[in-house]
Amino acid sequence: MTDVIVIGAGVTGCAIARELSRFELRVQVLERASDVCEGTSKANSGIAHAGFDAVPGSRKAQLNVEGSRIMESLSRELDFPYRRNGSLVLCFREEDRPALQKLYEQGIQNGVEGLQILEGEQVRQLEPNVSGQAVAALYAPSGGIVCPFGLTIALAENAAENGVEFHLNTEVQNVEKLGEGYRLTTNRGIFETKVVVNAAGVYADRFHNMVSGEKIRIIPRKGEYCLMDKKAGGYVSRTLFQLPTIYGKGVLVTPTVHGNLLAGPTAVDVEDAEAVNTTKEGLEDVLKRAALSVRALPSRQVITSFAGLRAHEENGDFILGQPKDAPGFFDAAGIESPGLTCAPAIGRYLAGEVQMYLSAEKKADFKAVRKGIPCMETASEEQRRRLIAENPLYANVVCRCELVTEGEIVDAIHRPLGATTLDGIKRRTRAGMGRCQAGFCSPRTVEILARELGKDISEICKNDPGSEFLVSQESENTAGGI
Amino acid sequence: METGGSKECRELVCIGCPLGCNVTVELEDGRIGQITGNTCPRGADYVTKELTDPRRIVTSLVRVIGGELAVAPVKTASDIPKGLIMDCVRALKETELEAPVHIGDVALSNVCGTGVDVVVTANVGEKTKEI
Amino acid sequence: MKKDLVIIGGGPAGLAAAIAAKEEGVEDLLILERDARLGGILNQCIHNGFGLHTFREELTGPEYAERYIEKVRELEIPCRLNTMVVDLAEGPGEEGEDRPVKLITVMNREDGLVTIRARAVVLAMGCRERSRGALNIPGYRPAGIYSAGTAQRYVNMEGRMPGSEVVILGSGDIGLIMARRMTLEGAKVKLVAELMPYSGGLKRNIVQCLDDFGIPLKLQTTVVDIKGKERVEAVTVAQVDENSRPIPGTEEEIPCDTLLLSCGLIPENELSDGLGVAMNPVTNGPLVDESLETDKGGVFACGNVLHVHDLVDYVSEEAAQAGRKAAAYLGGGLKRSGRRIPIRAVKGVRYTVPAFIDLDRMEEKQVVRFRVGNVYRDAALTVAFDGNVVSRRKKRVMAPGEMEQVVLKREDLERAGNLGEIILSIEEQQNLS
Repeated sequence: MTDVIVIGAGVTGCAIARELSRFELRVQVLERASDVCEGTSKANSGIAHAGFDAVPGSRKAQLNVEGSRIMESLSRELDFPYRRNGSLVLCFREEDRPALQKLYEQGIQNGVEGLQILEGEQVRQLEPNVSGQAVAALYAPSGGIVCPFGLTIALAENAAENGVEFHLNTEVQNVEKLGEGYRLTTNRGIFETKVVVNAAGVYADRFHNMVSGEKIRIIPRKGEYCLMDKKAGGYVSRTLFQLPTIYGKGVLVTPTVHGNLLAGPTAVDVEDAEAVNTTKEGLEDVLKRAALSVRALPSRQVITSFAGLRAHEENGDFILGQPKDAPGFFDAAGIESPGLTCAPAIGRYLAGEVQMYLSAEKKADFKAVRKGIPCMETASEEQRRRLIAENPLYANVVCRCELVTEGEIVDAIHRPLGATTLDGIKRRTRAGMGRCQAGFCSPRTVEILARELGKDISEICKNDPGSEFLVSQESENTAGGI
Repeated sequence: METGGSKECRELVCIGCPLGCNVTVELEDGRIGQITGNTCPRGADYVTKELTDPRRIVTSLVRVIGGELAVAPVKTASDIPKGLIMDCVRALKETELEAPVHIGDVALSNVCGTGVDVVVTANVGEKTKEI
Repeated sequence: MKKDLVIIGGGPAGLAAAIAAKEEGVEDLLILERDARLGGILNQCIHNGFGLHTFREELTGPEYAERYIEKVRELEIPCRLNTMVVDLAEGPGEEGEDRPVKLITVMNREDGLVTIRARAVVLAMGCRERSRGALNIPGYRPAGIYSAGTAQRYVNMEGRMPGSEVVILGSGDIGLIMARRMTLEGAKVKLVAELMPYSGGLKRNIVQCLDDFGIPLKLQTTVVDIKGKERVEAVTVAQVDENSRPIPGTEEEIPCDTLLLSCGLIPENELSDGLGVAMNPVTNGPLVDESLETDKGGVFACGNVLHVHDLVDYVSEEAAQAGRKAAAYLGGGLKRSGRRIPIRAVKGVRYTVPAFIDLDRMEEKQVVRFRVGNVYRDAALTVAFDGNVVSRRKKRVMAPGEMEQVVLKREDLERAGNLGEIILSIEEQQNLS
């Protein structure tokens, strides 16, 4: 019997696993997808929220401000892209000023530092491309942007470095309470554990309800986004939110930490927890609403669009900890916005709870620092020369749009929890994330993956099994025809 | 076309070159009459052929053993009957060459009994060891 | 490293530019190519139809490329393969050179990171395909969605099939050619859908790539949804109205495992942008004069990085001119005069290349290439000097998919006196049949 099983290798599961790896515990993470960061964590706004949005006194409020505070030091410790760029909540109508004021006061109550209400002209001095219709804004200098893949993968790699076992392609089908501990049935056999951490995102209610009579309900809430070219990335430098109005909750326009411009999300409750498709209406809505915030949204520069599902719990707050009737079963459920920001804080909190429950000792040899994959695009000339001198593969450019080299791709494959899929390479190195959207580099990346993993190129997948890029030669030969 | 003694007009797009002229042919009892709309004599040749004996150049691939690429592109050295395109490609699927191959090498002679050879259209060198 | 002339790109444009420059006496030149072989996209264009104009015979892409590659070898023009240009900038010229030097930062496995100081540069980086994301097609994001050129590379250079039941969006030439290629390789091409009321490809390709194989082409049709979580399972197509908006109720779901996109090409001008070259928003390529020189002196552009061509023959021709003019620049010539005449594209003419003519540098004749914005039947192309129409040429058909050209004569321009602008436009007939 293992000590702890974490269900789900999204940002929350990985943050908890990483914090648990500080202790003398055997920890396993079960993830149904072929990689970490495959669910909600891969398709969100990438914002490290300042913390003014959450209802004072809620879990969200408390963990958001903590998460926002620790993100910067964590980004140095674990080497992932993060930038404190500040955020603005734009108010478009005089009659909405009281709502803006309320948001300000809420932020103060939550402990957000540096909040300020700015007049329209002051806003445009900070952000010249903000729409002339903005009459005022709440400015939060502590708001930030973070790479959601970078954060999740860094947490996972560090956890793996510290002994956490990741079981990918492992889908939990059933959770059963034992006399002591829990039995998990998966597509890859039975796992038994003293403690379960339920970080299953949009499926967290399913597992919770298997062991507890206190039922919860998670509603998948779809958010669609449009991502614009790096040429448009400098259009704004701060994250622009919209004050919710009678027309509904607004969308944001923000630079990403990699220098693109992002607009979204919509918010539509859906039945299907797999419905990560974008829709014509959704994408049009994003661009229309985003156009309110800025003078001329560079919507012709869209390079891709995507949708994610937030795990919205019907009561609106995070559910953290043990249900009364299921000791040893720790929920991290209903983790929607500001979940990405909160993840490190949730990790600390829940790991602490689990540690107390199991009376675990601290590990003496915990390695807190993780070094990421070198990034040629952002490296200085001197760093580039040094990397190339060490390994000439760093001079062989594979993805021309994002300047990703063979060295980075090979590194992404061979590090702990290395990439095995094209999406895995993409999220670790950004190969294929640029304006040609992998048109040129995917044949090369597939070839490198096959070579390094000792596979045929027809076995290489985009992500999960079934997403192979090429027809296998056997089935090509037996396909009749020619 | 089979109605006796009738006259009809057929419009074809000449594929002789990228211009793609719209060529009109008068057909009298199935016989080719006046041809108009072509910019050059090739247009008349093309439609005459297309209506009596349509032919195409076929381009495809053959496998290459030990080459820097797994395949080499090939073409029929001249056009072959249109009806034999798929047979030709099928025959090429069975064909393997050994690297190196050069432009003009015959990959398959007298393909499908047409009297036309299939020739290689790119140089593919031998596979070099990975550095 | 120092060079007189660096050609960025070893595709058809770069090769022709290098050959012409060398033949004009430029000895110290270098071709930079990011791929493992010269020839660029021609290497994967294994179909025939290249070279009729240049060689009076019909060649396949690799054969056409090889003619130029052989010439490059024969002329001993040095090349660097697998070499990526990561930055292009200007710096102060060497002693005795009042014109700025170009700083080209390159990376490859053999040389590492190197900055080349070049006196002149030819931009010949080609273009890329418009992606699903840029088209903003809604739906899932499974495997099985490829730009047609990416699929072409898999099939023709690696001998691997990206799928077996195929829908193609876009009837540009690459899409049409791939419809035939995939069919020959045993795939079932179920449909070619085209957003516009006309095909963007050459008519001959519709005949020999679609009609020959009974592949349906649906005009004014687009993909409105993509289904399938891991791999494409179906796409939904719908008819569009005159504003290209899908018409509700016309949706049709087509089961397939592959969607190929052939929806336009975009010149790859990231380096040009980095250098600050003035661009034409219509072509997404640099604005050039009669010598194919950009607003940055000593920086020339040709081929698909300048504007997307249909015929490689014209790329070669254009590129050779860029090479010759670069040689002239290096020889101390090609000074700019004050007599620069803009060419304005109006009424149906979308753009022209060149966009300006410097009368003092103009040769006897100047080819002006352009594209029209719509299908015109029995319309006339007019050239006007300031307000006066000086030529009116009737054309049976003009279409956006086919590049057009007019030839201007220097003597005509000289005769016009103090010419303010040259205007190209389409004049439509009153009664269209």
